[in-house]
Amino acid sequence: MKGRMISPGKAEGEAIVSTEPIGFYGGIDINTGIVIEKGHMLEGQSVKDKILVFPNGKGSTVGSYVIYGIAKNNVGPKAIINKETETIVATGAILAGVPCVDGIDIDQIKSGDILEVNADEGEVNIK
Amino acid sequence: MYLNRDEEAILNGENGEVMQRLFRLLVRLGEIYNAENMIPVGSVQVAGVSYKSVDDPGLAFLEDLSKQNAKVKVLTFLNPAGMDLEAWEEIGFPKDFAENQLRIMDAFKKMGIVITSTCTPYLAGNLPRFREHIAWSESSAVSFSNSVIGARTNREGGPSALAAAICGRTPNYGLHLWENRQPTIAIHVDAELKYAADYGALGYHVGKQIKNKIPYFTGIKDANTDLLKALGAAMAASGAVALYHIEGLTPEADLVESKDLEKITVSKNDISDTYNTLNKGSDPDIVILGCPHASLREIATLSEKVSGKKLKKPVWICTSRMMKEASNRMGFTQIIENAGGKIVADTCMVVSPIEQMGFKKTGVNSGKAANYMPGFCKQEVVYKNIDDLIEEVLE
Repeated sequence: MKGRMISPGKAEGEAIVSTEPIGFYGGIDINTGIVIEKGHMLEGQSVKDKILVFPNGKGSTVGSYVIYGIAKNNVGPKAIINKETETIVATGAILAGVPCVDGIDIDQIKSGDILEVNADEGEVNIK
Repeated sequence: MYLNRDEEAILNGENGEVMQRLFRLLVRLGEIYNAENMIPVGSVQVAGVSYKSVDDPGLAFLEDLSKQNAKVKVLTFLNPAGMDLEAWEEIGFPKDFAENQLRIMDAFKKMGIVITSTCTPYLAGNLPRFREHIAWSESSAVSFSNSVIGARTNREGGPSALAAAICGRTPNYGLHLWENRQPTIAIHVDAELKYAADYGALGYHVGKQIKNKIPYFTGIKDANTDLLKALGAAMAASGAVALYHIEGLTPEADLVESKDLEKITVSKNDISDTYNTLNKGSDPDIVILGCPHASLREIATLSEKVSGKKLKKPVWICTSRMMKEASNRMGFTQIIENAGGKIVADTCMVVSPIEQMGFKKTGVNSGKAANYMPGFCKQEVVYKNIDDLIEEVLE
């Protein structure tokens, strides 16, 4: 699949897919990387070392700093794949140096799929 | 996006890794918004300063950046902090909150940012000129600089404003371009407006209806900068209005194309209905003025109203450190304190933790404060003009 590079880099890993938007501030614990938003479809699951796939970000702009924080605490995702990256996620991914690609048909990806991400070329492949 | 040779060098890391990453952020945001190039900025105002807003993740990010020796290239001011940076203990801000807030300020200072925390940088020593490109964050300051001064800025997020300050550039899109500064709706005001609270009500009403459009006002015959700041702040809060024009008053009004626009009329009844929507009662626990930060003229007005009298409830007026200094010199501070009030500098009611300080019902004369306080501060709002508010809390 071919999309657009938001933040450069390459990664390979297991997908964790949310069909709902993710709000990072108040949504993901900065020390553990576990989704803490009540009622969220990923509640209780960790994004650590996964390829995090979701349509777009939502909520507070402080979310950018949370993406930075989980990366710094080594509990963040290896890469982020979006349908459409808005500025909160774009800012966080770029500041944190996490590869990020958007413009991807995320309906084709299921949790547990092994993904190969080459953000420099905007490429995402299911292995 | 076109980048010149210097900019290519930054992106290739020739000016260090920190600048490379921050510049990458600007380039990517520029690409998302279809900017053709970068433009130099004359000044920056950074939001995301209060510990209440940025929390531990923001604190960690800012400290990392300052430890990596990031330095700003242009005059950079800050948005309000979560407390008065000098008198926090005396006013009663919580100690653990204060410690984290001071760490944030320290990180900013190390980056060369002027740590004057205010939403009115234009009153405190950061005044852009007409048509100057700037990168400001706080929504009322963005509105004022675009509309009343005619400088050009988009509404920046905290990180993108910091990146602009450190790289000295911002992507050229949105309100930096003349074609995007044209009005998209006409608003005729058919009401006499006197108080800042009247302009706040007008702004709240219009912002709710027009969202992020650019209004062209007619029918506002005269309004000083205090009233315009109240109007712009409320429209930016209830809608997302970052630029407005007023016939006869604002600098671009005669230059833009204002014909054949969809037109809304605002009546006297619309204003009084808005007062009724915003006002949830009487008898506030505290009255807080100065949203956006009070000018010296507004501090003088309060001082006149309470001179020689006693207040039965706390009254705060929030302002910048610079205005407070002038107020001290003029004796306004002493008069307000003698009555039982306080001049609170560097912070404001929206970003300070007043809900942790025992207040439940706050009296305000600001459409912006009335918009945010129920959510951010869990306050019930009493919305009145300054005369009626002070009347309620005088002994």
